[in-house]
Amino acid sequence: MKQVVTLTVNGENCQALAEPRHTLLELLRDGLGLTGTKEGCGDGNCGACTVLLDGRPVNSCLVLALEAQGREVVTVEGLARNGALHPLQQALIDHGAIQCGFCTPGLVMAAYALLRDNPHPAEPEVRMAIAGNLCRCTGYDKVVRAIMAVG
Amino acid sequence: MSAKFIGERLPRVDAPDRVTGRAVYAADIHLPGMLHGRVLRSPHAHARIKRIDFTKALALEGVKAVVTSADLPPMTGEPILVRGEIELNLNHIRQVALAQDKVLFHGQAVAAVAATDPHTAEDALELIEVDYEPLPAVLDAEEAMRQDAPLIHPDQYTHTHEGNLDRPSNIAATYTFGRGDVEEGFREADVVVEDTFRTRVVHQGYLEPSAAVAQVEPNGHITVWASTQGNFSLRGQLASVLEVPSSRIKVVPVEVGGGFGGKLNTLLELPAVLLSRKTGRPVKLVMSREEVLRATYPAPATVITVKAGATREGSLTAIYMRAVFDAGAFPIAPVVAAYFTGLAPYKVPHLKFEGCEVVTNKPKIGALRAPGAPQASFAVESQMDLLAEKLSIDPLELRRRNAAEEGDPPPVGRPFNRIGLQPLLEQVARHPAWTAPLKGTHRGRGLALAFWPGAIMPSSCHLTLQDDGSFSLVLGSVDLTGTRTVMLQVAAQELGMDPSQIRVSVGDTDSVGHTEVSGGSRITYTMSAAVHRACMNMLEQLRERAAAELEVDAGELEYEAGTFRSRTSPEKQLSLADLGRQSLRRGGPVTATGTTTRLQSAPAFAAHVVDVEVDPETGQVKVLKYTAFQDVGKAVNPTQVEGQIQGGAVQGLGWALMEGYQFSDSGVLQNATMLDYKTPTATDVPFIDAVIVEVPASDGPYGIRGVGEAPIVPPLPALANAIHQATGVRLRELPMSPEAVFMALQKARG
Repeated sequence: MKQVVTLTVNGENCQALAEPRHTLLELLRDGLGLTGTKEGCGDGNCGACTVLLDGRPVNSCLVLALEAQGREVVTVEGLARNGALHPLQQALIDHGAIQCGFCTPGLVMAAYALLRDNPHPAEPEVRMAIAGNLCRCTGYDKVVRAIMAVG
Repeated sequence: MSAKFIGERLPRVDAPDRVTGRAVYAADIHLPGMLHGRVLRSPHAHARIKRIDFTKALALEGVKAVVTSADLPPMTGEPILVRGEIELNLNHIRQVALAQDKVLFHGQAVAAVAATDPHTAEDALELIEVDYEPLPAVLDAEEAMRQDAPLIHPDQYTHTHEGNLDRPSNIAATYTFGRGDVEEGFREADVVVEDTFRTRVVHQGYLEPSAAVAQVEPNGHITVWASTQGNFSLRGQLASVLEVPSSRIKVVPVEVGGGFGGKLNTLLELPAVLLSRKTGRPVKLVMSREEVLRATYPAPATVITVKAGATREGSLTAIYMRAVFDAGAFPIAPVVAAYFTGLAPYKVPHLKFEGCEVVTNKPKIGALRAPGAPQASFAVESQMDLLAEKLSIDPLELRRRNAAEEGDPPPVGRPFNRIGLQPLLEQVARHPAWTAPLKGTHRGRGLALAFWPGAIMPSSCHLTLQDDGSFSLVLGSVDLTGTRTVMLQVAAQELGMDPSQIRVSVGDTDSVGHTEVSGGSRITYTMSAAVHRACMNMLEQLRERAAAELEVDAGELEYEAGTFRSRTSPEKQLSLADLGRQSLRRGGPVTATGTTTRLQSAPAFAAHVVDVEVDPETGQVKVLKYTAFQDVGKAVNPTQVEGQIQGGAVQGLGWALMEGYQFSDSGVLQNATMLDYKTPTATDVPFIDAVIVEVPASDGPYGIRGVGEAPIVPPLPALANAIHQATGVRLRELPMSPEAVFMALQKARG
């Protein structure tokens, strides 16, 4: 039986229908058409589906859609303001930190949360903050450098 | 030409779409009326399919169709699809996509369902009844080679250079190569070493699970959006298996979330097309991660023996290599690559290779970055270090004394054209990564070399002058990691235009000439030559048009930065914008194509140096420092070249230290999640220092060599060599996990 979920996504109030077995990831992608958030594994091991839930980075494949009722979600689509990229997004581009780009949306959200709480992280802090975000293309080198270069 | 774009660190043109979530991958496609499919997979590693009954599944509300291999036409044509250097047996590919009569590995696709949503399709799978007659499974290649082993393909006769053998066997093929007389070579040697090395099945680990959308129109025309490394190759595979003219299939490009060789063969597209045909609606199929790990095309397990001899002075006299490749459920494995890649770095008078590929009840193997090379080099480069140790020669010095040069014969084929191995090793010898002393206990430094010949095969592009004087460049190749950007640099360089005036896109299979797969480190090399040709042709045409417009001789015109100008009367000039506008009124559109089919090979060599620290209590190997040297010919975009080298090195580190399929006795993969099939995280690796060496290749417009394959190769032996130096223990089996290292240390301690 589908239920109505009311939540805030990227600052806008949204409503979508969801079954109890649907995940927040499915609600975002299929219910709201926000396909920027990716599914890489579906069991919380790759981090491609990372979004902010009430400000905290979570794997949206491990959150039930109905749990998002009344809560605030920020996805990769919500960082750029008036067409201007967030400095983190720009840094990833400038440092060549993007290859296939499939891990990028989740990585952006994890790094965004890190930089919000710790604007000048040291290398080990950056590596730990994105340890839940698997990337197979870059070897993490340029990703870590890009995140450290923000701010 | 004033502008300089070759060698610039131009940011990726597609990067803004990727950091904002706008880039569209196959699973992001949503079409009106679209259905969602799921695949039923075999619970057995080896079984006969006696009956499939899906009436109950069809009765479930929301289920629209079920398909099996019975919906495919019988294979009547030639099953081998040869395109350039790639050989695919479509009879095998289609059975991996939808099993026929028998299942040959756990997880093999048996049927597919389309329903109004993915959960309903998933529910329907449980309602499909399949009667299996389980058959004895054989999982180990060496066991499968025994005469009494259960036969996986009763009609398979070992293919040899002298024709097929006369008894059915799990050995699909044997290969023999060589030169000189190895026995003579070993007699000349002062030191001979011989050991056997084992590697497991590993997965490409691309982040994007395989996905496909198919739409079949009432007139039979097929449109496919797929996560594939080759739009034209996919079209050809579908056309052959479906027995549809390839012109009736259009493959539309989407972004691809990593391939590494694992997305060359059609998988989900076949059931997607069949389901769309049956329902008249578009159908999307997306794999779960578990399906990706169980039922796609991982890299083969191998058993490789290397016997090598050298004189007291450190000259190699002979190398013998024996390689057993476990092909999985169907043959075609990169056995010969073990020989021509692993031994390519060295001048050796006497060589002998005996290799075979064996089928087992495991997933059919596919390509993974430099297929066959990492396994071979793991054995060869470990043995080089052992020889160096026995001869008391520095490991780098031993390699330099024997390193191949231009004119030397590779293991197979014509003598090397220009190669950069010696200059590369000179760089290593001077670099602090090699010269700085490594202090501390339980620490070691390892070195290893790699070779990749570089694939060629056709590449095509289409260049059009727009009516505003800018250009559209359409590429036939899938852009895995930066092709549009690099080709923009080539076009900007040759057309003398600002990159903002050239729009680069990937074309669908109706809009541009045949282009082979993005793989084998071939795209930058071959596509840059194609784009270069298209630009030259474009400028010739524009020169003629400008000459006619200005009423001057074409030879009198000089071209710079978008303007043709008369040398004798400089007031006579015409911009590309003028020519673009005039093309609407007279002369017609100006278009040019560029295609490359035959270029010389552009062989690439790499050398990696790694420092490790081994924890004797836990066996944990910590990578302290990693430096990767590679001859790339010419780095069109150094940032992207570094990215390829860094990513390849870390993929190799994962293979060396943590990755490997673990099967149960009944052939069920035990580590089918990203938690249990662990790939490197950001905390597992240090920064990777990429050192670019540029020895121009003999052919192509800028001396480019392919980059992507070689970097995955050296980490396997470099890590083994470093661990040996740190602990005195030699590991000959992958992965060199903490458990494996700890057990080896325990054994050494007695």
